Amino acid sequence: MITIAALVILLPFVAAAVGLLGSRFPRGLRGGAADAAANRRAAWIAVVPTAISAVLAIWLAYSNWAGMGEGRGELLPVPAGSGGSAGIEGVTATFDVIETGSVSISVGLLVDGLAASIAVLAAVVALAVQVYSIGYMRDDRRYPSYSAFISLFTSAMLLVVYAADLLVLYVGWEIMGLCSYLLIGHWWEDRANSRAAIKAFLVTRIGDVGFLFGIFVLGTAAGSFRIADVIAKVPEMSSGTIIAATMLLLAGVAGKSAQAPLHVWLPDAMAGPTPISALIHAATMVAAGIFIVARLYPVFLGARPTLDVLAVLAALGMLGAALAALAQDDLKRVLAYSTISQLAYMAGALAAGSDSAAIFHLITHGAFKALLFLCAGAVIHAVGSNLMSAMGGLRRELPITFVTMTIGFAALMGLPPASGFFSKDEVLVAMERALSSGPLTDAAALLLYGCALVTVAVTGAYATRAWLRTFFGERPIIALPEPAPGTAHVIDIHEAPATMRWPIMILSVPALLLGFVGIADVHWDAAALSVVMALLGAGVVYVVWRSDPLSDPARMLGPFRVPCEQAFYVDSVYNALFVRPVLDLARLVVRTDDHLVDGAVRGSGRATMSLSRLVRLAQNGNVQLYITGLLSGVLLIVAWAVIFR
Amino acid sequence: MSWVLIALLGVPLAGAAVLLAPSRTDAVARGRLLRVHGLAVSGVTFALSVVLAAGFDYGDAARVQFSTDLAWIPGLDLRFHLGLDGISLPLVVLTTLLTFLCFVYLCWGSADGPGQLLRPKAGGNRPRALVFTLLILEVGMIGTFLALDLLLFFVFFEVVLIPMYFVIAIWGGRARRAAAIKFILYTLLGSAVLLLGLLLIWAQTGTLDMVALARAQGAGMSRSVQIIAFIAVGIGFAVKTPMWPLHTWLPDAHTEAPTVGSVLLAGVLLKMGTYGFARIAIPVLPDGAAAAAPWLGAFAVIGIIYGSLACLAQRDLKRMIAYSSVGHMGFVLLGFATLTPVGFNAALFGNIAHGLITALLFFIAGAIKERHGTSVMPALGGGMLSRLPHLGSLLTFACIASLGLPGLAGFWGEMLALLGAFEPAAGLSRPLYLTFMVIGGLGTVLTAAYFLLMLSRVTHGRGIKTIHAPVLAAVGGGTDPSRVAMGAGNARMRDVTSYELAAWVPLVGLILLFGLWPKALLLLTDPVVHTLLGAP
Repeated sequence: MITIAALVILLPFVAAAVGLLGSRFPRGLRGGAADAAANRRAAWIAVVPTAISAVLAIWLAYSNWAGMGEGRGELLPVPAGSGGSAGIEGVTATFDVIETGSVSISVGLLVDGLAASIAVLAAVVALAVQVYSIGYMRDDRRYPSYSAFISLFTSAMLLVVYAADLLVLYVGWEIMGLCSYLLIGHWWEDRANSRAAIKAFLVTRIGDVGFLFGIFVLGTAAGSFRIADVIAKVPEMSSGTIIAATMLLLAGVAGKSAQAPLHVWLPDAMAGPTPISALIHAATMVAAGIFIVARLYPVFLGARPTLDVLAVLAALGMLGAALAALAQDDLKRVLAYSTISQLAYMAGALAAGSDSAAIFHLITHGAFKALLFLCAGAVIHAVGSNLMSAMGGLRRELPITFVTMTIGFAALMGLPPASGFFSKDEVLVAMERALSSGPLTDAAALLLYGCALVTVAVTGAYATRAWLRTFFGERPIIALPEPAPGTAHVIDIHEAPATMRWPIMILSVPALLLGFVGIADVHWDAAALSVVMALLGAGVVYVVWRSDPLSDPARMLGPFRVPCEQAFYVDSVYNALFVRPVLDLARLVVRTDDHLVDGAVRGSGRATMSLSRLVRLAQNGNVQLYITGLLSGVLLIVAWAVIFR
Repeated sequence: MSWVLIALLGVPLAGAAVLLAPSRTDAVARGRLLRVHGLAVSGVTFALSVVLAAGFDYGDAARVQFSTDLAWIPGLDLRFHLGLDGISLPLVVLTTLLTFLCFVYLCWGSADGPGQLLRPKAGGNRPRALVFTLLILEVGMIGTFLALDLLLFFVFFEVVLIPMYFVIAIWGGRARRAAAIKFILYTLLGSAVLLLGLLLIWAQTGTLDMVALARAQGAGMSRSVQIIAFIAVGIGFAVKTPMWPLHTWLPDAHTEAPTVGSVLLAGVLLKMGTYGFARIAIPVLPDGAAAAAPWLGAFAVIGIIYGSLACLAQRDLKRMIAYSSVGHMGFVLLGFATLTPVGFNAALFGNIAHGLITALLFFIAGAIKERHGTSVMPALGGGMLSRLPHLGSLLTFACIASLGLPGLAGFWGEMLALLGAFEPAAGLSRPLYLTFMVIGGLGTVLTAAYFLLMLSRVTHGRGIKTIHAPVLAAVGGGTDPSRVAMGAGNARMRDVTSYELAAWVPLVGLILLFGLWPKALLLLTDPVVHTLLGAP
C-alpha cells in the first residue's frame, strides 16, 4: 500500500523531470513546428503519469475505505470527531531515518482516510487541469515547462498529503510554493505577473517560517518529527508548548490558505493562467493549510486560545473576502476572493471543533471551485478578457459552459442539490453547536456563527452577480484590450475545444453529486435557514440587476463600493508598513557598508600611509640629521645613566 | 592507502612544476598542450579524491583515516601530519571537483568561448601562468583540509593567498589591483592574528597535533587563556569566512575576480574559515568557544540580515552574489555558535551546499558578464529567459537553490542551523538563541526577496537592447579586442555552450542529490561532530 503511495508521488515527479529535460530532446529546436511537436510530446508526458497516479490514488482510497470502514460505510474520513486525541489509524512505513544530531527525520509515508481522500481530490483535479491545459495553452511556446511544473506541483501536493513526518511534509509544502511562484509568473513578459509571483512566494514564505518554527516546537517537545508520535505525545506536553506550536503553525496555515492577515497574495495570483488558478489557487495548494490543521487536529484541540484566534480570523476573513468579491470586476478576482471566503469557512469549522465538516467542505469546494475556474477559463478564452464588463449574454454562445458554471455557482451558494449545500450545512451546524458546547469561547463562537450566516447571504449575492453579468443581459460593445501574452484572442465566440470541454463536464459531476454522501447528516432546519439567506442575497442582486441589466449591481454598495473593490486597502497598508521600510533599510545598509564598515577599512589603510609619511620625514637622507639624532641619543643615555645611578 | 593523500598534494604540485620547464613548440601547439595538461592534472587529482571517498570507511567516519605522520622540522617538533575524517572528506572532494570543473570550463574544446581565459594569444592572457597559479592554489586548498598539525595547517592556509592574489590582480576586471591588494592585506592581517592564537595554544599545551588537542578538549589551558586564544583564532577565521563586520574585502574581490577566481573563492576559500572553526577553534578551545559563542551567534545573525539587505539594494549581479555569501555564511556561523551537534551538522552541510550553489551562481554570473560585457542589472535589461532561455533557467535554478528551497541542498543547512538555535547547548542563554532563530528566520524571507527580485529584473520582462557593446565589453575582460568583437558582432548571443554545461551539470546534479538525500552528507559529519563536541 505504501509502495503504491510512493508511486503516486513519484510518477508526477518523474514526469516533471522528463518533461523539463525531454520535451525538446534531442535537437532542442524552437519555433513553429518544433514548438507544436514539443507541446504534443509534453502533453503526453504530463497527462499519462498523472492519470496513472489518479487511478492509483483512487484505488488507495477505495482499499483504505474497504479495509477500515467495514460497518461504518463512510466514504469520507471521520477520524476522531470532536474531542479525544486518538492516534492516527492508517498504514505507515518509514523508508529511511536521517540523523541530524538532534531530533531525527524519518522519511516515511502514511496512508489513512484523511490522506487517501485528499489525495484523490488532488490527483483528479490535477488530471482535469492537465487535460484542460492542452487546449487552453495550445499556442503557448512554453507549454512544456508549464506542464512539467504542474506535474512537479502534483507530486509535491501528494507528498504533503501522504507525508508521515512533519519535515518531509514541509519539503512538499515549500515545493508547492515554488511551483505556485513559477506558474503565476508563467507569462513573465509582463512585469506585473512577475511581481504577483514574487508577492505570492514572499507572503507565503513569511508564514512558512512560522510554520517551520512550529514544527521545531512540536518536534523537540515530542522527540520526533513523525506525525503519529507528535499526536501520541500531546497529552504529555505543557499547554504553553501546545499553544506556541499551534500559533506558529497557524502562521503557515494563514499564509498557504490565504487567510487574514496573509491573504493578500491570492487575488494577485490570478495573474497566472486560469488552469493554474483552478488547480493551485482554488482546489489543492490553498487547501493544504486546512489539511494540516485537520492532520494535527488533536494538537489544535489542546490549544483553546489558538482555536479562538482561528475563529476570529476566519469570521473576519470570510465576510471581508465575500464583500470584496462583491465589488470586483475581474471574474477571476471574484473567484479568488470567494476562495478566501470559502477557505475561511473551513477554518471556521475547524475552530468550531468539527474537522470532518471542514474536510467535507474542502473536498466539495475543491471540486466546485476548480469547476468554476475552468469554466471561467473557457469564458475568458472565448471573450479574450477577464473583465465582466466585457461579458454578458454568453449563455447563448457557450451553452455547455453556462450549464456547468451554473452548477458551480449553485454549489458555491449552497443551493440544493449541489454538493456545496451539504458541506456548507455541516459547517454551519458545527458552528451553531459551538455556540453551546465546544472548544470556543462564547464571544468567538457568536462572532463566527453570525459572520458565517451573513457571509452566506453575501455569497449568494456575489455569485448571482457574477452569473448574471457573465451569462445574461447583452454584451457591451467595447474595444478589447491587448490580450495577455499566450492567451488566445478570438472575436467570434464559440465553445472551447474538446480538451477543455471534457474536464469541465466531468468535474461538474462531483460538483453536483458529491454532496450526497453526506445526505444522512443533513440538518434540515439549519439547511433551510442557509438556503433562505443565500436566496435573500441572490434576490437583492437580481432586483438591482433587473432595473438596469447593463450596469454593475455592485452599485448598491454605495460608498462602500470602493473600499470593497480595494479589499479594504490592506495592500497599501502592508506596502507602507513593511515593503517600503525594508527597501529604505536596504539602501541605508548599502550606504553604511560603503561609508562606515568599509570606510573604516579604507581609513585604516590611509592612516597607515599618512603615518608612514610622517615617519619618512626622518629618513630624508641628510647625514647631519642622522648624526644629530645619534649624538642626542647618546647624550640622553649618558644623562640617564648619570642621574639615575 | 595513505599514499593517496600525499599524491593528492603531489600531483598538482608536480603538474605546476612541469610548467616551469621552458618549451620550444609553437604557440598553438603549446596552447593545446597546456589545456590537456591542466585538464589531466586536475582530473587525476579529482580521481584520486574519488578513490579516497570510495576507500573511506563510512562506518567509522569519526576516525582519522589514511593518516601520514612524518617528522618535518624535528627541532621545533613540527610534523608533516595529514589525515582525513568525515568533515574533511567532503571538503577535499569539493575542492578537487571545483578545481577540475574550473579547468573543464577553461580548457574545453578550442577554448575560444566567452570566459575561457586560456586562448593562445600574444600579450594576452598568460595561459601558462594561469594554469600554474590554479594548480598551486589547489595544493594549498587541499593541504588546508588535510593538515592535522597546527603550523602545517597555517602554512597551507597562507599558501592559498598568494595564487588567489595573482588570479585577481592579473586576470580580474577593471578595478582588479585595488581589490587584490585589499584582499591580500585584509586576509594577511587576519592570518597574523590567527598565527598568534595558534602559537598561544602551542605555548600552553606543548603540542601542535590537532587530533590530540581536540581529544584533550582544552585540558591544560585555563579558561582565560582559552578565551584569548579563541578570540585570536576566531578573528583569523572570521576574516576568511567572512563574518560581519570583517567582510568588506569579499564584494570587491568577487566583483573583480575572473569567473574561475570567483568560483574557487566562494566555493573553497570561504570554507577554509569555517573549517577552521570546526576543526580548531571550537574543539580545541571548548571553554573559549562557550564564552564567545553568544557573540559569534550575534555577529552571525547580524550578518544574515545585513547581507540580505545589502543584496536587496545591489545593482551589480556579481556583487549581489558576493553579499549573499555573507548572509549564507551567517547561517553557517550560527550553526557553530549553538555548540550543538545539530548546529555543527548544519554548519558543515551549509558549507558544502554553499560551495556548490555559489560556485554555480558565480559560473552563471560570469557567463552573463562575459556575454553582456557588464553585470550591472539595469544594463542587462531583463528578458533573459526569452533571449537566453537555458542560461536564464539555470540562473533561476541556482537562485532557488540558494534561497534555501527544500529539496535542494541549500535548505538543510539553514533549517538545521535554526533547529540548533532553537535548542542551544547547555550553558547558553536560550532566550538569546531563540531571538537569533527568529532573526535568522526573517533572514530566509529576505534572502528569498532579493533573489526573486533579481530574477524578476534580469530574467523576466521583455528584453530591451541596452548593450553598449564596445565600451562595456571592454570592461568585462580588460583590453581584449577579440572579446569586444564577440560582444558587438553577434546580434544573437550564444546560449549555454557545451563547455559551460560540462562544468555546471555536475554542480546541478550534486545540489539535487544533497537536497533530496541529505543523509549522504549527514552520515559523514554526524559521527565526527559528536566526537569533536564530546557529546554522546
